[in-house]
Amino acid sequence: MATAPDQTPAVKARLDAEFSELYKAHLRDVYSYSYYRVGNHHDAEDLTEQTFLQAYRHFERAQRESDGRPLRPWLIRIAHNLAANYYRDRSRKPQTPIDDAGVLSAPLTTETLVEDRDDLKRILECVQLLPDDRREALIMRFALGMDNREIARALGRTDGATKVLLHRAIKQLEVLVKTAEGPTDI
Amino acid sequence: MTDRTVDIETMLRRALAPVEPPAELEARLEMHLGSLVEAAAEELELWELSAISDPKNWRHIGRPAAAVVVGGTAAVGLVLVRTQRQRHRRRAQSRNVLDLAARTVRDTGREARRLLDDLR
Repeated sequence: MATAPDQTPAVKARLDAEFSELYKAHLRDVYSYSYYRVGNHHDAEDLTEQTFLQAYRHFERAQRESDGRPLRPWLIRIAHNLAANYYRDRSRKPQTPIDDAGVLSAPLTTETLVEDRDDLKRILECVQLLPDDRREALIMRFALGMDNREIARALGRTDGATKVLLHRAIKQLEVLVKTAEGPTDI
Repeated sequence: MTDRTVDIETMLRRALAPVEPPAELEARLEMHLGSLVEAAAEELELWELSAISDPKNWRHIGRPAAAVVVGGTAAVGLVLVRTQRQRHRRRAQSRNVLDLAARTVRDTGREARRLLDDLR
């Protein structure tokens, strides 16, 4: 953690304890976001680890500048920036997560199992076709349950622009899903 | 998907269900963060020791001891976290309460030794 030279051990201990709370509260959020961004568990683990290590280094400043607001958007923004570097550095494309995400663990009846799996798989494939900002906004809203304000802070946009972004993302996704279903399903 | 797909938001919620992080990741992260806390405490201690040589800093003489206390507390916390993580296995393997207590003491000692080895 980047600390002021005159920081007392008591302050340091308090910051460490608060960071520990932040870590416990948001490990799943950061991991879920990373997983849906990169599409595989191996890279999602790396991304999550890097996110928390970087967050630890800058925690004191972030806390000071947050004015008491929740730090989840700040954490997700770190993951977002690291994921952008990940693609830029390795020239990778996101993979479609389907094999062992929560999708297949949802309780389904035998009758609808296959069809539901296909539907969800199709949705995930279409999400990957969206522009980056729209895809990320959907991940934040639906995988992490973030509200417009939190998403706006994580993406560095205004609340209004975020609302529009989400609306357009859902509309575009609907079109993509319908197209993917093909003419026989219409 | 014709009849059931109307609500794309419901489908999205199901498709993008939160994903639980693997236990190995939690263990690795806790280890990394724990060692960062220890490194920070050591850094603070070294700074304090060098500052002691300057009489102007003597009024802060209590701070090195405090740094050691913080580092020690972090280490004890890490041992407890690691020991706590194995409680389900211990409970499953224990024959009775005494056996469980003995296993807990053994695990705590083992984790403390591991931590000391890591620090050497």
